[in-house]
Amino acid sequence: MTELNTLTIAEARDALKKGEVTSAALTEACLGAIEGAGALNAFVHKTPEIAMQQAEAADARLKGGEAPALCGIPLGIKDLFCTKGVASQAASNILGGFKPEYESTVTGNLFADGAVMLGKLNMDEFAMGSSNETSAYGNAVNPWRREGDETPLTPGGSSGGSASAVAADLCLGATGTDTGGSIRQPCAFTGTVGIKPTYGRCSRWGIVAFASSLDQAGPMTKTVRDSAIMLQSMCSHDPKDSTSVDFPVPDFEAALTGDIRGKTIGIPREYHMEGIPAEIEQLWTRGKEMLADAGAKVVDISLPHTKYALPAYYVIAPAEASSNLARYDGVRYGHRATLAAGDGITEMYEKTRAEGFGSEVQRRIMVGTYVLSAGFYDAYYNRARKVRALIKRDFDEVFASGVDAILTPATPSAAFGLGEMKSADPVQMYLNDVFTVTVNLAGLPGVSVPAGVDKQGLPLGLQLIGRPWEEGDLLNTAYALEQAAGFVSKPAKWW
Amino acid sequence: MSIDTETAAKVAKLARIKVEDDALPALAEEFNTILGFIEQLNEVDVEGVEPMTSVTPMRLKRREDVVTEGDQQDKILANAPDAREGFFAVPKVVE
Repeated sequence: MTELNTLTIAEARDALKKGEVTSAALTEACLGAIEGAGALNAFVHKTPEIAMQQAEAADARLKGGEAPALCGIPLGIKDLFCTKGVASQAASNILGGFKPEYESTVTGNLFADGAVMLGKLNMDEFAMGSSNETSAYGNAVNPWRREGDETPLTPGGSSGGSASAVAADLCLGATGTDTGGSIRQPCAFTGTVGIKPTYGRCSRWGIVAFASSLDQAGPMTKTVRDSAIMLQSMCSHDPKDSTSVDFPVPDFEAALTGDIRGKTIGIPREYHMEGIPAEIEQLWTRGKEMLADAGAKVVDISLPHTKYALPAYYVIAPAEASSNLARYDGVRYGHRATLAAGDGITEMYEKTRAEGFGSEVQRRIMVGTYVLSAGFYDAYYNRARKVRALIKRDFDEVFASGVDAILTPATPSAAFGLGEMKSADPVQMYLNDVFTVTVNLAGLPGVSVPAGVDKQGLPLGLQLIGRPWEEGDLLNTAYALEQAAGFVSKPAKWW
Repeated sequence: MSIDTETAAKVAKLARIKVEDDALPALAEEFNTILGFIEQLNEVDVEGVEPMTSVTPMRLKRREDVVTEGDQQDKILANAPDAREGFFAVPKVVE
């Protein structure tokens, strides 16, 4: 008998529908796996009582028939999502003790469909990071290790806990959020699948804001099919988020035919970057061959402004963060510093924010403050927004020329060791997002698919970028790539 | 463009984050690294380009100007570090 926590969402759904398994049993299996996986530091707030209650309710609903696909499926929730009555800290000390009085729209959608919450997952503080090393909870650890080497590796970031939990079979799927690559990069580092949908597909309401024009939620799962199932439930039009779109949500799973004959796949020449390891280039070449073998037409394309995506991102994201994070003032929620005699309100703000925010968050708030300050607004912020328009135009032109999807590497390397980037300057860490950040700037859907392992046995991912609002078609191409790549490796259990 | 410790101190003040004087030189150095990276944007010709505002051009939705979820004082104050008599409490603001 397969351990129930190792099932995919699709397998569990089918078994639940047939009555071969109960949600209570699935949930208990996951809770047991979580108990045994403290070394991964993936789950930072566990909610076993809520999970068992939800599981029992799901089992009753399943018995009644007509249950949604996610009914009874145990999931992990990134700590960035506000969950009613359950700690939601965005992995920051400044939100220590915060228990929201409301539910985020995305988690509300999942729970309305009967999903079970196992607990909250580790992440980089306020989703600012690419290695989960900026978390107030400490590092999340990748279940994968280099062959014959016990060095703890990063699961990537910011959704590092989500990626680690899914890869280690602690849950069947997890929510993530992606502002510059925070779903796709950790998925690539852990051999899992994750999609960032088109900006506006998922409501941002109740998700702690980082950079509002870039943030999108998405699923992180073991397979492409599971991502399709979970995304279906997460998407909705929400009047509480003015940027949420009022478009119908198609049946994403129904789009998974695996037939991509006649599709045109673009290979952007600007993504051949200096210093990218040969193994990544080889994986990319294999990906092209796999899609061509499946009947797609592979063409070279140009996205001329690619080089400027990261610098534009590192103006726009900190600018929006500095303004979003102004709300953490020690008045309404979370941490307030102990004040000295004679301290006034300004000292309260300054001490609270110095104590509550970690160094990377402070750095980004201050960079954002600087680029928005009088005299620099046009030179930095408006210029970056114009460059962003050009980056989007590059994609628009490529899609207008008949390209259906774009294939790129997901990351410039495999997972690196925790602490290995400690002496690097912030910009070197930012380069992790070089292949993913363009997608957020242009608002497009992007999916990361595990496609092979490097010579040390670590998973590597490829990214597919799709046309806006065509997640179904994109997931189908990802499905074809997944089938061709046949990636089935799992990390050997050491934790 | 180079940031000195005085500018770093000013930015910290604007951001309402207390930075000790001895930490300012390192902070200024980090700003310079990041801003040096951002400077690349000056190479791009943005003449006549409108800043991007949305993925698909669309009008923002409007809603009725009515109270939707009012009358929740207890819930709103529930997470406050210091709430008294139905108010958020803060250090004295006006002498």
